[in-house]
Amino acid sequence: MRATRFAFIFCIVLALAAGVFALAAWQPAIDPITPPPATGFDPALVQRGAELAAIGNCDVCHTAPGAREFEGGVAIPTPFGAVYSTNITPDPDTGIGGWSEAAFQRAMRKGVRRDGAYLYPAFPYEHFTLVSDGDDKALYAYLMTRRPVHAAAPDNALSFPFNVRLAMFGWNQLFLRPGPYRADTAHDEIWNRGAYLADGLGHCGACHTPRNSLGAEKTDDKFAGGEAEGWTAYALNAGSPAPVPWNADSLFKYLHRGFEEMHGVARGPMADVAQELRTVPDEDVRAIATYMAAQMTISGSGRQVAPQAEAQTRRGVMVAAASADSQAARSAAASGDEGAAIYAAACAGCHEGSRTMPYGGIDLALSSGISGPNANNLINVVLYGLPAAEAARSPIMPGFANSMDDKQLVALARHLRARFSNKGPWNDIENSVHEARSAQRAVTVSHAPADQATAPATMQRKTDEAQR
Amino acid sequence: MKLNVNNAQHDVDADPRTPLLYVLRDDLKLNAAKFGCGLGQCGACTVLVNGEPVFSCVTPVALLAGKEITTLEGLGTAENPAPIQRAFIEAQAAQCGYCIPGMMMRAQALLQKNPHADDAEIRAWLEPNLCRCGTHMRILHAVHRAQEMMKPAQPGDAG
Repeated sequence: MRATRFAFIFCIVLALAAGVFALAAWQPAIDPITPPPATGFDPALVQRGAELAAIGNCDVCHTAPGAREFEGGVAIPTPFGAVYSTNITPDPDTGIGGWSEAAFQRAMRKGVRRDGAYLYPAFPYEHFTLVSDGDDKALYAYLMTRRPVHAAAPDNALSFPFNVRLAMFGWNQLFLRPGPYRADTAHDEIWNRGAYLADGLGHCGACHTPRNSLGAEKTDDKFAGGEAEGWTAYALNAGSPAPVPWNADSLFKYLHRGFEEMHGVARGPMADVAQELRTVPDEDVRAIATYMAAQMTISGSGRQVAPQAEAQTRRGVMVAAASADSQAARSAAASGDEGAAIYAAACAGCHEGSRTMPYGGIDLALSSGISGPNANNLINVVLYGLPAAEAARSPIMPGFANSMDDKQLVALARHLRARFSNKGPWNDIENSVHEARSAQRAVTVSHAPADQATAPATMQRKTDEAQR
Repeated sequence: MKLNVNNAQHDVDADPRTPLLYVLRDDLKLNAAKFGCGLGQCGACTVLVNGEPVFSCVTPVALLAGKEITTLEGLGTAENPAPIQRAFIEAQAAQCGYCIPGMMMRAQALLQKNPHADDAEIRAWLEPNLCRCGTHMRILHAVHRAQEMMKPAQPGDAG
């Protein structure tokens, strides 16, 4: 009797809870609109939207290589399965042509689709929520003036319970801190501008902050380093592995040109980021650089410049020493150090050559790839190289996937770590090689960022499109 | 050092940093592979290492001990051309011809691994190799022709 009554009360409580949940979680559909004519938007607003879209790297997830711009359909791998990016062209059937500005802003701020369904945080709305009303308006103007493309994204391949969109209501309760951005009065205007862009639209933390078991960024470990498309996204806080510490100037150059003399060339997903930032006004990039540089000094531990790097930062010194080094490497080879012999034969020609960055290879003592937390990025670069930018002058590196076997790769990585960093040996090199070769680690290989001075064609095209 | 080129062992007296291309052309007198850009960007120097295409201009011989190197000369001769060579001749797929040995070697690697590659796969696979004469359509035609010639006999095929 008692048991029955208990079960009855339990059921009522459960039903009530479900009701409350449904009520709280329910989001209304916003009526579809007829796509507004492209001529109805202020060209200046569209232009600003183009710059903002570049800061947000919308392209990288919403345009597959060789596909039509913003048609979506790119698989975003997550630990819970693949989420496919959607069509964000103004096509009324398969894109966002039927979305009013209010619907667009709700998606950005709350992660809710026009029809009221929850979006997945593969679309980083926990960052985009910070975007201001004015910038959302510009982004909307930009996207709604793109060429409409009829292309439906494939269905997501998520496992239960992640395939239930309503579950994102719970996720949002835990991890979404709705914006817009509120200025931190302890810091100046440039820092705040940078924080707004880097933590908001730029969503730097999406790759550079580690994630918890529910796929949310660990706010206590902000910028402590993460993972993206088979690459290690380095820590950008006090734990940054860069042998020469970053500062606002070097970050600005790196983000704006795609390379920086003391840190090297952007590759992997970061090459795409740098390529996009090329089209963004200097002051926005400088603000991001200022904010990010400040993150790296936060611990107050006063990170030291690696003595090895300090000693070798002047390239002239390296060049002078190169031939002696190669002699040393050859005798090392004779004594059986395979890694040293490979470095001398395959790497030193460019990495100790007389050409300057970015056409000469970086002095490896300066490379975060060698001083980083694992061998993944080094292995990725040696295997696949740095493919040239399309139709523009750019840095290059050939890949060695077909000429080096696993044993040679491991020997090379071990040697480079010992010789060019002051950190202890990596203990997972074999595994890193195996994962890349077997595609267990799916590595995205991006084109090198184009050299700014000689890439007018690409830049011009972007501008033309923005004004169309 | 010892190099295995076209199924023959060669004793080569070269600095281990020497690019394979120089050893092939200067020491072994195998001149099919061409020097194009010297940066691994054009594909004219393509040869096979253990069946995979490599740019021999940026591959130091130090990496190649114990590996099987195949050049165009290793596939067939003028008197007795291999299917890929016959196909390129029949399709008249050369204009100036400088890129053609590299094209044939890269295509050979694909057809060995994936005899049923479709047109899209062939195009994507050949992308690293450049042709400045614009002979691409004939090159593609030749690769398809070679694919027909190289098709493994199907079970049930007569004779």
